[in-house]
Amino acid sequence: MSQSEIYIALTEVFQEVFDDDSIVLTPETTADDIEGWDSQAHVSLVVAAESQFGVRFRTADLETLHNVGDFVALIEAKREAVGHG
Amino acid sequence: MEQLAWLPAHPELGAAIGAARKLPDAGERLAEAIRLAGFRRDFTATGRIDKLAQLARQEGAGAGLTTLRLAILASHTVDHLVPALRVGGLGRRLALNVHVAPYGMYRQVLLGEDAALAGFAPHLILLALDAEDARIELSPDASEADVAAAVALRTEELRRLWRRARARYGAQVVQQTLVPAEPLLFGSFEALVPAAPYAVTERLNAAIRSAAREEGVLLLDLAWQAARSGLAAGFADPVRWHQAKQLVSPLLAPSYGEALAAICGAVAGTSRKCLVLDLDNTLWGGVIGDDGLEGIRLGQGNATGEAFLAMQRYAAALGRRGVILAVCSKNTAEVAEDAFAHHPEMALKRSDIACFVANWNDKAGNLRHIARTLNIGLDSLVFVDDNPAEREIIRRELPDVAVPELPEDVANYPEVIAAAAYFETASFTADDAVRSRAYALNAERAAALEQATDLPGYLRSLEMTMTAKPVGPAELPRATQLINKTNQFNLTTRRYTAAEAERLAADPAAVMLSLRLRDRFGDNGLISVIIARPDAALPPGEMLIDTWLMSCRVLGRQVEEATLGILAGQARLRGATALIGEYRPTAKNTMVAGHYEKLGFRHMKPPAGAEPGAAFWRCDISDVQIPKHFIEVEAA
Repeated sequence: MSQSEIYIALTEVFQEVFDDDSIVLTPETTADDIEGWDSQAHVSLVVAAESQFGVRFRTADLETLHNVGDFVALIEAKREAVGHG
Repeated sequence: MEQLAWLPAHPELGAAIGAARKLPDAGERLAEAIRLAGFRRDFTATGRIDKLAQLARQEGAGAGLTTLRLAILASHTVDHLVPALRVGGLGRRLALNVHVAPYGMYRQVLLGEDAALAGFAPHLILLALDAEDARIELSPDASEADVAAAVALRTEELRRLWRRARARYGAQVVQQTLVPAEPLLFGSFEALVPAAPYAVTERLNAAIRSAAREEGVLLLDLAWQAARSGLAAGFADPVRWHQAKQLVSPLLAPSYGEALAAICGAVAGTSRKCLVLDLDNTLWGGVIGDDGLEGIRLGQGNATGEAFLAMQRYAAALGRRGVILAVCSKNTAEVAEDAFAHHPEMALKRSDIACFVANWNDKAGNLRHIARTLNIGLDSLVFVDDNPAEREIIRRELPDVAVPELPEDVANYPEVIAAAAYFETASFTADDAVRSRAYALNAERAAALEQATDLPGYLRSLEMTMTAKPVGPAELPRATQLINKTNQFNLTTRRYTAAEAERLAADPAAVMLSLRLRDRFGDNGLISVIIARPDAALPPGEMLIDTWLMSCRVLGRQVEEATLGILAGQARLRGATALIGEYRPTAKNTMVAGHYEKLGFRHMKPPAGAEPGAAFWRCDISDVQIPKHFIEVEAA
């Protein structure tokens, strides 16, 4: 799965979690840019992304997520680690 | 078992939610949200369905749902569970309004004066605690007595909180049991060490359960849910705990929501009442019409036969706890009945089945017939059929009937039916245990009616005796149950929690009566509740009939006529001059629209502040005329 494919799939996750088809993600997108992205929604995003990408984030990983770019990089690294490539 | 295994899968749920959002009318959007809530859904889809329903509700859509207010006081984060709870409510025809108190503040909220909670006026208060919060810190070598004392202390505190919740808010309390989240310290030896953490949590749960039984508190038994669902690992995910103090992982939110919504439904009276069973390949293996009595697979000796026997035993056990059982099968009636009469391995007996329909008509028509015969709504039925095509037809034709999706193997049917919590209850009384039998007896009465040449002759032949008793502690659970689940013969459909009912029963100015009816076929149990009381909107001396409800089991027996005599006598004892009857129309109670007129009351202008749409009727005590009836009345 390429980085752009991850962006596309992650965009769908965001659209579903926030129930908003108009969401467009960029690496710089942060919680301030999306209405409703609070700490609870953040957990929902993490859980939905785990299901979508077949990965599991560590407690420590979750503290490094500051924007969508971090999120994508983390998914990519996790997928490589579990052999999805 | 998969999460929400009893709900059918939707091929394109996400797209269907998106399409529903574009419907122009809020009522249509809410109806579609209710329909989509009936499909298997993960937590994201559940959240979207909730949003769809919430927006439609904010625009004023109601869809005939019963509104119930639930306050959650939790020691852990629960906000992520609320959407799933509300969607679970939709599946039980409930519009749940949920108030979440600040996390970890349950003591302050309950023991202090909390304006937000008071303003919310909850029907239900859930005390959602976790093992971490309830932890009892003891040295591992603490004695048995030390542990017992610590557990007793903690349980005592909970009792105080429950009593406060009930006294201050008149709410029904629901206590969540503690999910043992801590890892084992001693392995299999754990339970042999009184102060081992897991052992202490289990012991605390046991103490909470028995205290709840004594205090009339309901349980959200999350500890059992977690253990039984096979999802225990997900219920308490330590990552989510450290990240957001979530005891229940968002992934498991749909399950949690269903479990809690089931309790709300039980309190609001929307639980199902009747299990309708197909026969061939549902209660036995094979087709009795083709394979014959000897050819069907049922009973000991082979694995398939044992699986069907286990299914029958589960159904029979449900019958013994008060679920009405019915049969709906495409078969020749004699052939189907023959299995009940002559197959030696049948765990279900013909007398367990209150309504037995075997013919070649379509099942939708037959289910309607069953509901009519038993005098219950289609929304009280659960239809179990191994045939996916039949299930699909019923879901389409009769959306009010619950039709569980079933696994391929009948061995898994009971656990799926159980997990769906269709028959969740807020009480269990001796009357429940005999209810199925009572419905079956009704069928015998119906047969007697067919033989009788005239109605008075039939009624006289029943040899009915009615006992009237003020509602006391013994009657309270069943009376509360009737108050909260009687829909058809219910003049006002006022619902009262056990706490409110208890208060009414203790009020010397009010009359709160429970009526039992016996006849030559047996005891019908507690079948009617009447509440009459003075009302601020009425002149002194006049009593408002706040509640008049009756079980539909005894319709057409002139119980109402006999009841009027009892009620008038009680009102006279309290010096009342008139009885004021109220009828509040609902979608389900049109059968009693003419109730007061039939009893000789005169129509009157509604008093000030009356519910819009309610009709009022008046009867002066001096004018009470008891219509002729054939019931002998005993005062107890």
